[in-house]
Amino acid sequence: MYKIAVLGDRDSIYGFAALGLETFPVSSAEEGEKVLKDLVAGEYAVVYITEAMQAQLSHEIEKVRLQRLPAIIPIPGVSGNTGDGIANVKKMVEQAVGSDIIFNN
Amino acid sequence: MATKQVNPTRMELTRLKKKLTTAVRGHKLLKDKRDELMRQFLDLVRENKALREKVEAAIAASNKKFVLARAGMEDAAINVALMAPRQEVYLEAGYKNVMSVEIPEFEYKTRTPDENDIYSYGYAFTSSDLDGAVKSLADILPDMLRLAEVEKSCQLMAAEIEKTRRRVNALEHVMIPETQASIKYIIMKLDENERSTQIRLMKVKDMLLEEAHGYKEKLYANET
Repeated sequence: MYKIAVLGDRDSIYGFAALGLETFPVSSAEEGEKVLKDLVAGEYAVVYITEAMQAQLSHEIEKVRLQRLPAIIPIPGVSGNTGDGIANVKKMVEQAVGSDIIFNN
Repeated sequence: MATKQVNPTRMELTRLKKKLTTAVRGHKLLKDKRDELMRQFLDLVRENKALREKVEAAIAASNKKFVLARAGMEDAAINVALMAPRQEVYLEAGYKNVMSVEIPEFEYKTRTPDENDIYSYGYAFTSSDLDGAVKSLADILPDMLRLAEVEKSCQLMAAEIEKTRRRVNALEHVMIPETQASIKYIIMKLDENERSTQIRLMKVKDMLLEEAHGYKEKLYANET
């Protein structure tokens, strides 16, 4: 039985608490890194992370990338969509195919 | 192309031929694996893109609603309202094997079946904007979970495809040509050795005959 975590600045994520996801509000990258490490080691299958926080913790996320669990999924925060989430998908296509054939039209 | 140093022996030749058959077979299998992975990956990544656009738009919309709700209420009141969630979401994670890549499959369960349990507050002291905001988030949750599943699968498959592609290329452009060149080299060398042995034998035979019968002397004697 796995749980779902949401990580990011408080304003972006407090709504998810109502749905029954576990929210971990953090205010700085250092704090986020510590919490993220705990989450990866814990019983979480999915970690939603705000794009702003993701950009600061990318090296930490990269380590988990090829593990089966957890899936770390960027979501837009309250300050708006930075486009990082879609950029990730684009990067995956480039990694697999060699060039981007999905987004170039 | 600079070929590797190989011993031009029959044993080495047999070994290399075996190696070549294995390499060709492996190359074919890996190529098939890569093609199938690629097909499934492209399907998944298209779904990923569509889902992500949908989820991002929906989250942005619900964020707007939350901002509105906060504008209409005191911060403390919101904190109290959302402090003790009534609902909980659990995930059951299974795995599906796609071409040796284990991709996750999530199934989610809520602690209570009542979908109104997302509202963890009495309605008396909260604005109706908050209800709408929470509802909009709850509506997008299934899509968010599907997105997590698809995106993780895509990540794993992309890595596997890259690995397989490298292997295919290494076999196709390095391993197989090199082995073929070595085999050719050994065959030529062996043929050359055989020819030189044959010539040597013929020469020796001539010399032996000459010694035994003395043709040249007879020829000389006849002429005079």
